[in-house]
Amino acid sequence: MLDISTWFNDLLAGNTIFTADTLGYYWEGLVTTTQLVFLSLVAGLIIAVPLAIMRSSKHKWISLPIYFYTYVFRGTPLLIQLYIIYYGVVFIDGIQDTFLWPVLREAFYPALIAFTLNTAAYTTEIFRGAIKATAQGEIEAARAYGMSPRLMMRRIILPSAFRRALPAYGNEVIFMLHASAIASVVTLMDLTGAARFVYARYYAPFEAFLFVAAIYLCLTFAILFFFRYLEKKLLAHLNP
Amino acid sequence: MIDLQGYGPRLIEGAGVTIQLAVLSLILAIILGLLTATAKMSRNWFLRRTATVYTTLIRGVPDLVLMMLLFFGGQIGVNAISDMLYYNYDIDIYINFNAFAAGVLTIGFIFGAYMGETFRGAFMAVDNGQIEAGKAYGMSSSLVFRRIRFPQMMRHALPGLSNNWMVLLKTTALVSVIGLTDMVRVAAEASRATHEPFTFLIPVAVAYLLIASVSEWIFARLQKRYDIGFGGQ
Amino acid sequence: MKKLLTLSLLGLAVAAASSAQARDYDNVRIGVDVPYEPMEFRTAEGELTGFDIDLGNELCDRMGVTCEWVEQAWDGIIPGLMSRNYDAIMSSMTINEERRAQVLFSDPYITMPSAWFAASDLGISEATKETLEGMTIGVQRGTLQDNYVTDNFSDVAEISRYSTADDMVLDMAAERLDIVFLDFPIGQSTLLESDEAEYVVVGERISEPKEYFGDGFGIAFRQRDEALAEKFNEALAEVQEDGTYDEIYARYFGEEDAE
Repeated sequence: MLDISTWFNDLLAGNTIFTADTLGYYWEGLVTTTQLVFLSLVAGLIIAVPLAIMRSSKHKWISLPIYFYTYVFRGTPLLIQLYIIYYGVVFIDGIQDTFLWPVLREAFYPALIAFTLNTAAYTTEIFRGAIKATAQGEIEAARAYGMSPRLMMRRIILPSAFRRALPAYGNEVIFMLHASAIASVVTLMDLTGAARFVYARYYAPFEAFLFVAAIYLCLTFAILFFFRYLEKKLLAHLNP
Repeated sequence: MIDLQGYGPRLIEGAGVTIQLAVLSLILAIILGLLTATAKMSRNWFLRRTATVYTTLIRGVPDLVLMMLLFFGGQIGVNAISDMLYYNYDIDIYINFNAFAAGVLTIGFIFGAYMGETFRGAFMAVDNGQIEAGKAYGMSSSLVFRRIRFPQMMRHALPGLSNNWMVLLKTTALVSVIGLTDMVRVAAEASRATHEPFTFLIPVAVAYLLIASVSEWIFARLQKRYDIGFGGQ
Repeated sequence: MKKLLTLSLLGLAVAAASSAQARDYDNVRIGVDVPYEPMEFRTAEGELTGFDIDLGNELCDRMGVTCEWVEQAWDGIIPGLMSRNYDAIMSSMTINEERRAQVLFSDPYITMPSAWFAASDLGISEATKETLEGMTIGVQRGTLQDNYVTDNFSDVAEISRYSTADDMVLDMAAERLDIVFLDFPIGQSTLLESDEAEYVVVGERISEPKEYFGDGFGIAFRQRDEALAEKFNEALAEVQEDGTYDEIYARYFGEEDAE
């Protein structure tokens, strides 16, 4: 059997920067980035669906607060949102003594909250656009069948809106992956954090950042292909 | 009013840096975007390939990573050249790659890729017949570009342009991480020193919303102008 | 189209070479990472001050040159020197082998031990692998403290790396960190003298082993600028001889334990 570890050590021999140690940092960074992005996307998606429905409501007092939320979160830099949440929670009186503190103490969770709120705002607007674009004929057909508005939302509007939203949502996923790079600002050792560490330790910007750029590029392509595949499957009926 | 604890003037200075940075990067991005769009539509295989590689690579990597690569790495690259000149030819020049220039170059470079896509789509939306008509009038190709392609292209490009500008504006916040004193950095510094993050971060967030709203209004007016003669869609 | 192309290329070139000029040393630009109290920090009015700043200005006076301080975040401070954003670094930089490979150092101008700082109720009297197990340690990214902690404690404790010492102090106040490892005087002025909470030094001040803790703080120059380093060394010797150095030292560290 081919001994992989020997091969690996040979590959690394004479290399002062990419030692097993630093590669370990990159690996941990990859894990952190993936967790952070995946969890915030899932949570953001769950929040965004009801918000998008409310945002499409005809009643101003339902849709306006949601619009305010998406406007603020889409109009300000994620970095500021992260700072406000990371430094802000600390100054809520007595937070250190509550059961929430063990969670908020870690940099991971404030970052996760900021990312979730951010992606939820963008996703809400994406879905709203898709809901708005539902073909009038489909709605009329549903009405003619005597569907209640609730049933119509569940069976007709949402399924077709999800499909329409897919390409835009794919972009949002990639955007989130890239935006997550700022997690390193609040001490998280994500991929970018690992690169900054390696850079600061060895003064080797090209090695540290090109390597991590290549990893991000691969991740981006993976997401891209995944969504292409999904689109092909789910939007097949739209092709001529 | 909020008590900014003496940080007011520095915050305003920081806001100035943010705006200058954003506007200069936008100009650079537009120039690069036009070049990229032109290259992508050119008949030359090499130009097309280069432009594709540029837009793909840039759009596949986080802004912050590119910024650090260009800011930290760019300096070392530039040094290597000037050191080479010094040791081999005794020419002693230095190229000052300051944080501001690095910020403008990086952001311009990143958004040049996005602008390239916007402009390419917009150029393709211009009716070919119009260009042929221009040629038939004996216009030179640069005149055709200036009088026909560019103004019509802008009409189609404006929505994308406005969108890119909004994203670009927010991206400028990242320069605070590489050490440029924009308003985010001043606010973060002040929050740490005073232990009052909300006092400084929220006004800065509002400032971003304000700049975004003003630019939205400007873009709406521009759109109206470029829509003249198209029934104001 | 061609005109546009040439024009924009020209614009790019100008932007890249935002200033290209020959050097002379009537004006020395010194890179510094602020804040790092009491070595270098800003007063609320924004005035730059601190031990390094005062000493640096004094040295420049002696050499008959004007000094300009350029702010630069720590993790880009050596690349900034290389790229001639400034001509020297005077920013509590410890002289050690790793950095010697990159830059040229002046004679050391001050020795600063490092120390562990923690809230008084942490309840450990010594920082070892056993006592720090499971804790979160704060260090400033790319410092020798970072290297030391990374190499010695990363298997038992979690390490949070910060861009500035101030970030770290804030997270200490927030109780996100259990313990931090800092240059002693920085911890003294930011933590021990803080009135928000009670902090103590854990264990002895540390300045061994030398491979981590080096030979004191030095002013860093580009390798090729030997003449400039020599000028600084002469001025430094002069200042130390005639008592000005002690005066500046007393301004920030008090009279006691001048080493």
